[in-house]
Amino acid sequence: MSALPAPGAATPRRKTRRVQPAVPLAIIIVAAILVLIVGLALLAPWIAPADPTRQTLLMRLKPPGSVSSAGQLYLLGTDDLGRDLLSRILYGSQISIAVAFLSVVVSTVVGVSLGMAAAWFRGWVETLIMRFVDIMLSIPAVLLAVLTVAVLGPGFLKLILVLALTRWPRYTRVAYAQTLQVANLPYIKAAELAGARTLRILFRHVLPNIAGPLLVVATAEFGLMILFEAGLSFLGLGIQPPAPSWGSIMSVGRQYVERAWWIVAFPGACLFLLVFSVNVLGDWLRDKLDPRSRSR
Amino acid sequence: MLRYAAGRLVQAAIAVLGVLTIVFIVMRFSGDPTLLLVPEGSTQEAVDALRKQLGFDRPVVIQYLDYLQSLGRFDFGISVVQRIPAIDIVASRVPYTVMLALGALAVALFVGLPAGIAMAVWRGGWLERCLSALALTGQSLPTFLSGMLLIIVFGVVLGWLPTSGAGDIRALILPSIALGALSMSTFARMARIAIIDELGKDYVRAARARGLSKAGAVERHVLRNAAIPVVTVAALEIGNLLAGAVIVETVFAWPGIGQLAIQSIQSRDFLVVQVIVLLISIVYVLTSLLADLVYALLDPRIRLAS
Repeated sequence: MSALPAPGAATPRRKTRRVQPAVPLAIIIVAAILVLIVGLALLAPWIAPADPTRQTLLMRLKPPGSVSSAGQLYLLGTDDLGRDLLSRILYGSQISIAVAFLSVVVSTVVGVSLGMAAAWFRGWVETLIMRFVDIMLSIPAVLLAVLTVAVLGPGFLKLILVLALTRWPRYTRVAYAQTLQVANLPYIKAAELAGARTLRILFRHVLPNIAGPLLVVATAEFGLMILFEAGLSFLGLGIQPPAPSWGSIMSVGRQYVERAWWIVAFPGACLFLLVFSVNVLGDWLRDKLDPRSRSR
Repeated sequence: MLRYAAGRLVQAAIAVLGVLTIVFIVMRFSGDPTLLLVPEGSTQEAVDALRKQLGFDRPVVIQYLDYLQSLGRFDFGISVVQRIPAIDIVASRVPYTVMLALGALAVALFVGLPAGIAMAVWRGGWLERCLSALALTGQSLPTFLSGMLLIIVFGVVLGWLPTSGAGDIRALILPSIALGALSMSTFARMARIAIIDELGKDYVRAARARGLSKAGAVERHVLRNAAIPVVTVAALEIGNLLAGAVIVETVFAWPGIGQLAIQSIQSRDFLVVQVIVLLISIVYVLTSLLADLVYALLDPRIRLAS
C-alpha cells in the first residue's frame, strides 16, 4: 500500500470528477409534472367544467370533444352514465393523491417510531418488533390489503388505514438499520451523557440524521400507494361509486373497453405519468443520498 | 450448513404461525365473524345457530386454539355459499394460477435477464438508457392498466389473441405478459446491478488481461457469479406473482385462485378467501426459505457468517 496522501491534498479522483449540473433536466421535468398534477388536483373545484357526479343519460359514452345540446363541451368525453370524464378525473386525482399521501404519512409515523424504538432499546423490544416485521413482510401486501378491506368494508378512511397497516414494516426496517448506525456515534453519546431524555435524543438528534433514506422509501412508497389505491378501487374494494378515483373510473371503463377506450385511457395516462414521475424522482433521490449506488 | 438450515426452518415456522395469527385477527376486525360467514338475507335465528355451530360464542383464545387445531388437520371449513369444503374449491382453481405464474415467470426471465445483462455490458450507452426507461415504465404501469392496454391492442384492434377465459395455450399469452411485466423490471435491475458488481472485481480484470474479450469474460466468468443474487430474487418473485394474479386474473377472466378470491369476497364466502390468503402466504414463506437455503448452499460465506 502506498502512503496516505498528506492532509489537505486533493485526491486525483476528486480532481478529475466531471462537474455535473446540480439538478438534471429530466428531474426538473418530472418535478414540473408532479407539481402540475398536484396543482390541478387542488384546483379541481374551480377548474372542473362540470359536477363530477351529475348524470346526463342522453350523453352516455360520448367520445372526447363531444358537445351536448345544451352547448356543454365534453373535452375528454363521458362515461357510462353521461358524466363528464375530465371533471371526474380532476376530482378523482384529489382522492387518489389524498389516499396515497395520508397512508404514507401514517405508515411513516408508525413504522419509523417502531424502528427507532427497536434499535434504541435493543433486547426484547428489538426481538419483538423485528420478528413481527419479518412476519408482516411474509404476507404479500396486496393480499393482506384485499383481505382487510373485504372484512372492514370499503371507504376513504378505512382504505388509508389498511394501506398504512400493510406497509409500515418497510419503514421499520430502514429506520431500524439506520438508527443502529447512528446510535453509537459520539454526538449521540454526548447528548445521552448531557442528560437528554430518550424521546428528545430520538426525535431531535437521531431522526434528522436518518431522514434521508426514509425519504427515499417514502417516495417509492407514495408511487406504490397510488397503484395500490387504484388496484383496490379497480377491484371494487376501494373508493365506492359515485365518488371518483382513478381506479374506480377505470373499473367502470373496463366494461366498455371495446366501445369507449377513453374511459380507461385518460385516467390511466394520468396514473402512469404521476407514478412514473414519482419513480424517476425517487431513483434520483436515492442516488443523490446514497453514495454507494452512485457508482453503479 | 445443517445448523443454518435448522435455524432458518424455525424462522419459517414462526413466520407461518404469524401469518395464521394475523389472518385470524383480521377476520375478527369486523366484530362478529358470524356476520361475514352467513349468506346475505339470513334470519337472526340462522345467524345465532351458525354462531353456536362455528363456536364464535366462545372466548377468543379458545377459538384461536381451535382454529389452529383444525388447520393442523387440514380442515379449512365448509364454504357457506357452495356447501362443499373450501379447500376443494380452491384446489380446483390452483392449476390455472400455477400455469399463469409460470408463464409470467418465463416472460420475466427471458426478457428481463437479457435486458439486464445488456444494460450492464453496454453501460452508459444509448441501449442502457432506452432499456432503463423501459424498465421504469414497466414499474410504473399497474397490471390492470397494462392488461387492458394489451386487450385493446392485441385483442380488439389487431384481433390476434383471445382476451378472456382459459381456452387453449394462446389464451395464456396476454395475461402472462401483463403479470410478468413488473417482475421483468425487477429482474432487469437486479441482473444489471449484480453484473456491474462482478465486472468491477479483480478476477475480471485478470481475465481481460489474459486477452479475454469483455463478452467472453461475461460469458465465461461473470454470469455464473452474478446468478446467485438473481436466483434469490426469482424465488421471491413467485410470491409476488401469485399475489399479482388477483388483479390480472380479474382483468382477463382467468379462472385461477385470484379471480376466485375476488368472486368469493363479492359473494361473502370468507372461508374461501381465508384459504387463498393462507395458501399464497405459505407459498411465499416456503419459497423464500428455499431461496435462502439454495443461496447458502452456493455461497459458503452466508452460512459461515450466521
